[in-house]
Parts: sequence; C-alpha cells; structure tokens
Amino acid sequence: MTMLEFAAPALPLHTAGPYVAAAYIVFVLVVLVYVAIMAVRLQRTERELVRLRRELADGRDATAGSLLSEDREQEPVA
Amino acid sequence: MIGIAFALIFFYAPLDADQGFIQKIFYLHVPLAIVSLSGFVFGGLLAIGHLRTGERKWDMRSYVAIHLALIFGFAGLITGSIWAKASWGHWWEWSEPTLVSYLIVLLLFATYQPLRFSIEDPERQARYASVFAIVAGAFVPLNFIAVRAAQKFVHPRILTLGGGNLPGSMRLTFVISLLAIGLLYVTFWKFEMAAKNARGQLRAARRALLGDDAVRPMGRSAAPS
Repeated sequence: MTMLEFAAPALPLHTAGPYVAAAYIVFVLVVLVYVAIMAVRLQRTERELVRLRRELADGRDATAGSLLSEDREQEPVA
Repeated sequence: MIGIAFALIFFYAPLDADQGFIQKIFYLHVPLAIVSLSGFVFGGLLAIGHLRTGERKWDMRSYVAIHLALIFGFAGLITGSIWAKASWGHWWEWSEPTLVSYLIVLLLFATYQPLRFSIEDPERQARYASVFAIVAGAFVPLNFIAVRAAQKFVHPRILTLGGGNLPGSMRLTFVISLLAIGLLYVTFWKFEMAAKNARGQLRAARRALLGDDAVRPMGRSAAPS
C-alpha cells in the first residue's frame, strides 16, 4: 500500500482503497474457490479412471489365466 | 485477458471526477452483472435446444450456463454491495430498482437447483428444468426493460444504445473488462462441460466394460447425469 501511495499519491487510498480492494478480493476468491472445486472433481475423475484401468487389467489377467489353465487341461498326455 | 483488464483499470483509466478511486469497482461489478444476466439468458436458449431435440446434452449445457451465471451473479451482487457502501454509505438500498430487480432475478435462479433436486426422475427433471430456464431466461430482459422504463433512478445511466457518456479511455477499459469477464465465463463453461462429459464417458465406459453392477448408482442429484 505504501509503495502504491508513493507511486500514485493522488489516489484517495485511505477511504476508497479498502472498498476497492475488498471488491477485487471477492472476485479473485470466487474464481479461486471455483477452480479449486473443479480441481477436486477432476482428481476424483482421474482416480476413477485409474481404478477402471486397474480393474480392466486385473480382469484381463484373470481371463488369460483361465484360458491358460483350459489349454493345459486340453493338452494330450503323452 | 483478466490481467490486461486489471492493468487498464488501475494504470490506464483515469480517476472518475465524481466518485474518484471507488469508481474502479465499476469495471468489475458491471461486467459481472452483465455476464451473469447474459448467462441466464444463454441457459434459457440452451434449454430450448433440449426441449426441441430431447437430447440430454442440451440440458447439461443449460445447467452449467445457469450454475456459472449464479456464481458470477453473486460475485456481482457482493461487489455491488461493497460499491454501494463506499459510495452511498449503505450496503443495500431497497428503494433502488436496479439493485432490487437484480436481486429478484438472482433469487429466481437460485430456485433452479432446488427445483432440479426435488424431481427424482432424470427425464422429468431435465424437462421441468428446461421449461423453468426458458421462462426465467425470458424474464431477465423483460425485467431489465421494466427497470430502464422506470422513472426513479439512482443508478447512473452511463451505458446506453446512443453511446452513453463514458470518456474514451474509460469506455475502452470497460469494454476490455467486459470481454475479459465474458471470456472467463465461457472458459469456465467449457471447462465444466468437459469435466462433466469426461465423468459421463467414464461411467459409460465402466458400464460397457464391466457391466451395470460395476457402476455405483448416482443417487438423487440436481446436476444432470
């Protein structure tokens, strides 16, 4: 604030400054809160995507395992 | 863009002869109010798309537009209240038609989410919400015209179709601020739509790959699924 007063001494910061600052802080806070909420939601989506990939990989392993055991069962005994 | 607008507001636009430094709130409050009101109308127009086609994506677009307009609207209301306190000495002035009509519009759209939440069936929810969005969206310009036609004014009339009475540098700063806030709204709208679409696609992929049992039921929600 002191630097701003030095740079622009004509600004009536003692009366208007806090109100103008409050208005702009409200705006920045609203934007930040919104972005934070969206970030949390995106993280949740990402976690679900990772879980889906893991479940798919597990399912593929299980299928491959059962196919392998079926093949072994069908192998002719010498 | 927001950075450019803020730079113009504080380093380019001259101090207002009447209000002085407090007038800097104008460059934030008025664009927020205009963008929020436009957002409500935009939500109503998108809801027409839903009623015409029956496709849920239009309902989702309308929901996100109204939801964001509400956020911008409440930010506009708070900044306006701060400006009123600084300039008139009161946080709120009930005899001021612009303020009260803006509050009525906000309160009207604040019922949008509870309305959605109260309807469990997603199809009915989307349909009723679309009808509400269209009717309430049409109310916004009517309300604006009614206030403009009113005789008693406290709010300064500086933006008119005839050009208004803003000096050049202030006008440029205002237009850039309006563009910046508008672009922020559009960016958030696209961002939220992409996030909601990604979530929907993920659920669909889960259902297709692992079956219906693998997808948790959504439960009652105001947001379209």
